[in-house]
Amino acid sequence: MHSCVEKVMHTVFWISGLAIILFLGGILFSLLANSFPALRELGLAPFFTTGTWNPGAYGEPGYSLINMIKGTFMVTAGALVVAVPLGIAAAAYLSEVAGPRERELFKPVVEVLAGIPSVVLGFIGLVVLAPLIARVFKLSSGINALNGAILVGIMALPTIITLAEDAITAVPREYRHASLALGATRWQTIWKVTVPAAFSGLMAAVMLGMGRAIGETMTVLMVTGNMLAAPASFLDSVRTLSANIAIEIGDVAFHSLHFHALFVVGLVLFAITFAVNLLADILIHRKPGVRT
Amino acid sequence: MNITLTNPHNPFEQRTAPAGGAAGAGLLPANGKPGKVKVEDLNFYYGAKQALFKINLEVAQNGVTALIGPSGCGKTTFLRVLNRMNDLIPGARLEGRVLLDGRDIYESSRDVVELRKRVGMVFQQPNPFPKSIYDNVAYGPRIHGTREKRSLDEIVERSLKGGALWEEVKDRLGEPALSLSGGQQQRLCIARVLAVQPEILLMDEPTSAIDPIATQRIEDLIRTLCHDYTIIIVTHNMQQAARISDWTGFFLQGELVEFGKTARIFTKPLDRRTEDYITGRFG
Repeated sequence: MHSCVEKVMHTVFWISGLAIILFLGGILFSLLANSFPALRELGLAPFFTTGTWNPGAYGEPGYSLINMIKGTFMVTAGALVVAVPLGIAAAAYLSEVAGPRERELFKPVVEVLAGIPSVVLGFIGLVVLAPLIARVFKLSSGINALNGAILVGIMALPTIITLAEDAITAVPREYRHASLALGATRWQTIWKVTVPAAFSGLMAAVMLGMGRAIGETMTVLMVTGNMLAAPASFLDSVRTLSANIAIEIGDVAFHSLHFHALFVVGLVLFAITFAVNLLADILIHRKPGVRT
Repeated sequence: MNITLTNPHNPFEQRTAPAGGAAGAGLLPANGKPGKVKVEDLNFYYGAKQALFKINLEVAQNGVTALIGPSGCGKTTFLRVLNRMNDLIPGARLEGRVLLDGRDIYESSRDVVELRKRVGMVFQQPNPFPKSIYDNVAYGPRIHGTREKRSLDEIVERSLKGGALWEEVKDRLGEPALSLSGGQQQRLCIARVLAVQPEILLMDEPTSAIDPIATQRIEDLIRTLCHDYTIIIVTHNMQQAARISDWTGFFLQGELVEFGKTARIFTKPLDRRTEDYITGRFG
């Protein structure tokens, strides 16, 4: 009887674990299967040569993802510039400086921030941030890469704060005590001992925050303007890979070349986020503390 | 091993007049040197729980003072009073005075950073930073403002020699400190403290986590260092206290039961409880 229950439970958990792998495999398979017709007809090259994205054009359709990759990169990099210093500083504050009461106040705030729907943030970007950017930089419109970068940075913050705090908290107290006993101030201890000792964990936090930023769709779609031209600066409008799929997938004919080309865009996005997450995973599991 | 550690930043070495005066304590070490550390009517609390009761103690300059007693008797707490490491514990509170060269280290104008520079500490578990051997020793001087490579090199060499580790690591200063053995790590921690040129070394059971041979090296080192530094060591091991210390204090349940010359404490203890403890009747 007992062993029977054991067996059943074992199978249930095994199936649950298997399901996750199946989901991932299924997603990858449908991405590949649906992008295959486009890849068979065009090859990979047209997607990565300079030009424009205009699969619906008569005569000479363009399939270049370069401008969109550039746009995605700008929004992501900009978001990291916003989120990494702020996130790590907030994590250091939470784990090293804040008392129990401040922590109790601050942590739910971080969780609420993580829970804000991206469409709401996009709305705030439109009505608050865009006019502000327009005024500061004397532009006609604040709908651009900078706007998207700031908002996506805010969205990546909770991920970075939570993971960075775990990494910093995991640094042995002994290091801190040794540093303080040598006459270091609390700030010197945080920046010269605790944060460096947590380095690999912090990198992982940054990578996972980055993964979040790359895939973000709704907010960037609302606030970056979605122009397909090559962006020259953060004050230009950009279209990200994710936004491109969301914009066009509803308008294309089912199983047309354009339709399949959009799956290639999805495949590229998947490959980028997969690489970033893999890197984060490697950093997390690297043995901490033996760096020189 | 040639040890040439001096303490040029210690202006008190030349001093002839007693710093604190012995009034009230009655525990002045009997070598005639002035008291380096003097503790007056010290009570210490963790929140509502009192951990130390009316401690009076005077520690002479240089030499080794051992604090012995069973677990939980307050000897580590007392040690951490002396460099204010207890400040880190929420709810910790203290009454009485702790004088270093005659000045109260707990007076409000006192700079904790400056104090901890003068009163170094070696912990029970070797705790080198996850940095290179060199960077571990250079950490203290760097945070206190030494930037120049040449003087850092000099300090690192001198401190590692002082910690009796130089010969073993001089060819691999760039390697991670955590690749050293436990005993080497502890000597590195001692060298790291020496690099900031303290006057007092506090040691909290520095050999309890390492093997007997490494322990002996550290005991030898302590005997050498005590010519230049005032060493206060907490130890669980009575034989160790007898071997290396000049004075011994016996703590029991937060009280300093007896304090005096080590030879006297271990041969003619005045208090019955001290006798029971050192003869192994409890503890």
